[in-house]
Amino acid sequence: MNKYFRELSVAFALALLVGALAIFAPHFFATQPLLSRLTAQTPALIAAIGMTLVIVSRQIDISIGSQFGMCAVIAGLLAAAKLPLVVVLAVAVGAGALMGALNGALVAWLGLPSIVVTLATMVTWQEALRLWQQGRLLNLPPGVQWFGLSQPAGQKVLIILAVLAAALAAWLMKNIAAGRRVYAVGTDAEAARLAGIDPRRTTFGVFVLMGALTGLAAMMNVVQSPQIQPTCGDGLEMKVIAACVVGGVAVSGGRGSLWGVFPGLLLLANVNPALTHFHVQAYWEKAIQGFVILLAVMADGLRSRRNR
Amino acid sequence: MSAPLLQLSGVQKSFGAVRALKGVSFELIAGEVHALLGENGAGKSTLIKVITGAHQPDGGTITVAGEEVSQLTPSKARALGIACIYQQPALFPDLSVAENIALRLEKTSAFHRIRWKESATRAKELLHRIGAEIDPAKEVRELSMPEQQLVEIACALGSGARIVIMDEPTASLTQKEQHLLFAVVRDLRAQGVGVIYISHRLEEIFALADRVTVLRDGESVGTNAVDQLNEAQMIKLMVGREVSSIYPPAEGVPGEIVLALKNVGCTASGVRGVTIEVRAGEIVGMAGLVGAGRTELARILFGITPADAGEISLRGQRIRISSPQNAIAQGIAYVPEDRRRHGVILEMPIAQNMTMAIHPALFPGSWLRFNTETKLAQDFIRDLGIKAYGPEAPGGSLSGGNQQKVSVARWLATKPKLLILDEPTQGVDVGAKAEIHKIIRALAKDGLAVLMISSDLPEILGMSDRIAVMRGGELTAILPGGSDAHTVMAAALGQSGKAAA
Repeated sequence: MNKYFRELSVAFALALLVGALAIFAPHFFATQPLLSRLTAQTPALIAAIGMTLVIVSRQIDISIGSQFGMCAVIAGLLAAAKLPLVVVLAVAVGAGALMGALNGALVAWLGLPSIVVTLATMVTWQEALRLWQQGRLLNLPPGVQWFGLSQPAGQKVLIILAVLAAALAAWLMKNIAAGRRVYAVGTDAEAARLAGIDPRRTTFGVFVLMGALTGLAAMMNVVQSPQIQPTCGDGLEMKVIAACVVGGVAVSGGRGSLWGVFPGLLLLANVNPALTHFHVQAYWEKAIQGFVILLAVMADGLRSRRNR
Repeated sequence: MSAPLLQLSGVQKSFGAVRALKGVSFELIAGEVHALLGENGAGKSTLIKVITGAHQPDGGTITVAGEEVSQLTPSKARALGIACIYQQPALFPDLSVAENIALRLEKTSAFHRIRWKESATRAKELLHRIGAEIDPAKEVRELSMPEQQLVEIACALGSGARIVIMDEPTASLTQKEQHLLFAVVRDLRAQGVGVIYISHRLEEIFALADRVTVLRDGESVGTNAVDQLNEAQMIKLMVGREVSSIYPPAEGVPGEIVLALKNVGCTASGVRGVTIEVRAGEIVGMAGLVGAGRTELARILFGITPADAGEISLRGQRIRISSPQNAIAQGIAYVPEDRRRHGVILEMPIAQNMTMAIHPALFPGSWLRFNTETKLAQDFIRDLGIKAYGPEAPGGSLSGGNQQKVSVARWLATKPKLLILDEPTQGVDVGAKAEIHKIIRALAKDGLAVLMISSDLPEILGMSDRIAVMRGGELTAILPGGSDAHTVMAAALGQSGKAAA
């Protein structure tokens, strides 16, 4: 069977959905709503890059929603202080990397399970943010939203940036030694260690990168609206993990690529608008998303059973 | 005389192409302690698993108390009164002694109320019967290893076992605890229980057993009364065979000293005071029983569990080996045992497996160079005669012998000065085995210093220029190449044959 069968099947499912929409609900493709829908997915797309690395290395990070909120608020405060956007971006990414480094250090060097560590940091950042901001909405000065451009122009910039980042990341994962080490550590950490790879450093690096990408994702969210909600990252982790699972990233580590994750993300994200266009009640969204995830997991389960 | 408790005749068992048992006959009568003796890999564990129903034999018959049984399963074996006490007691550490015993002996439904009093009384009674002074209310995690074994024996007794198998029960016991255990075993014998006793320690067999059956290469080579044999005869029965001449001959004279160890030890892994030298072009075979500390020594040399005592020198330079990366940088390579788990990553193409230890050297600046990698893999595939459809073939698609060659290739790619091989031909078929031997000899000829750990005695004897023997974490003898099997075995078993070279 083709090596990329799993990735192709997700892309095929997405194409099927898009194709059906093209035939039965062509107004789905009206330019402006389409641009808006795609733009809304750019932060998740960036976060999905980090999550793919984390899951391939046989870890999990459920704190990215809280990290995202934290980075967004920090970015918002700096932007409100009229600092240049480049500086704001650097600080947001740096803050994310620091929070990721904390997760990474606890997981890699203390050997704690990542689900527990990131559960703890998730709650910690969430509550810290609540205490700090008291749920306030943060107003941004003009010139931040859409980088000061018109809405369609800003959206196009974001989409192009996200696609470039995604393509670059997908290529890097397969073409630099560090990417291969992530796969090796995720498949068999002990074997990797005996081959002279330090699994702790690899794991740490993956979490730092996850954090930095979360910071970048938060920044891409900040520039989309005139205000920032401290709760803007809630649920991001589940959305992104779901995209990874649907895209064929094995939770047992070592398998999966971004070429499956991206269509997976778009597939899940388009359930809701598709329902609207097919005039189905939007209440079905979660149920259908759950069904898609279940389908993907079952496909993986059947495949690994056959391979045994 | 009544029928023997247990009788096996012509029992066979194969795992794939490996014939673990080629025809074993064995008999156990009531009220005897029957020792089972054999080298590593002679088939003892497989035989036990057949008796306890964990493995189905491919041929032969098993008779329990005069009745032939077929399709033996673990639960059926238990019902027939067969109990096995393993080296590592399989008890639940968080439950009390009484609860552990009750768990083994009671078959209750999920909602049945637990009768605390009854299980406590029974536990007390059983422990008393074997003379163990253990409080049944104690949690098992608070017990020492021998106390846990006693609990296991109590379980066996409580289940009405008539056949008790003990697999190296004294491996982790002190002298005093051993005597306590011996008393219990003799007590069992007096009660008419048949005990199958497995141990590598000949002195125990002389002290305890009535009869002994020797296994060699999956066959039983005879049953004797213990008092009719002496140590030398026993060892001879275990070793038996001639060393075949298929091994490639040594060539050239060993060169400079590559590795020198002086009193090297590591508290964590139990290795003490190892002093040895390995020269360029020399193959030093490491013999010893399983658990003698050979793999532990290799792990010290590869920086996995760094040494905390003694001196290590490489080519005359004193070094510290603190991590595998560090070891690789200094020219030490380690092909681990259990390659299916840690030697090659089965999901990865063999080309990627081969370059895994040389990322920094092969890919400066971290960019992968697929052409260089493929070229390197093709060279190794040709040089080592690896049978695979190409560098892209995943590790898991290769046979055991070819996987091992890939693992060796990974380490040759690091251009090491010292190559440590841990069980290089374990689970490899005969043809591939000879090829791997040829490769190892050729590498030594090219000036590599080779340290080869093996539990395969003929391999040690056939390949080694010198033979280092370990026992209980210590180096007990360094023998010249061409030593006979008897001498090596005696050193590994801790007999008097310390003919240091």
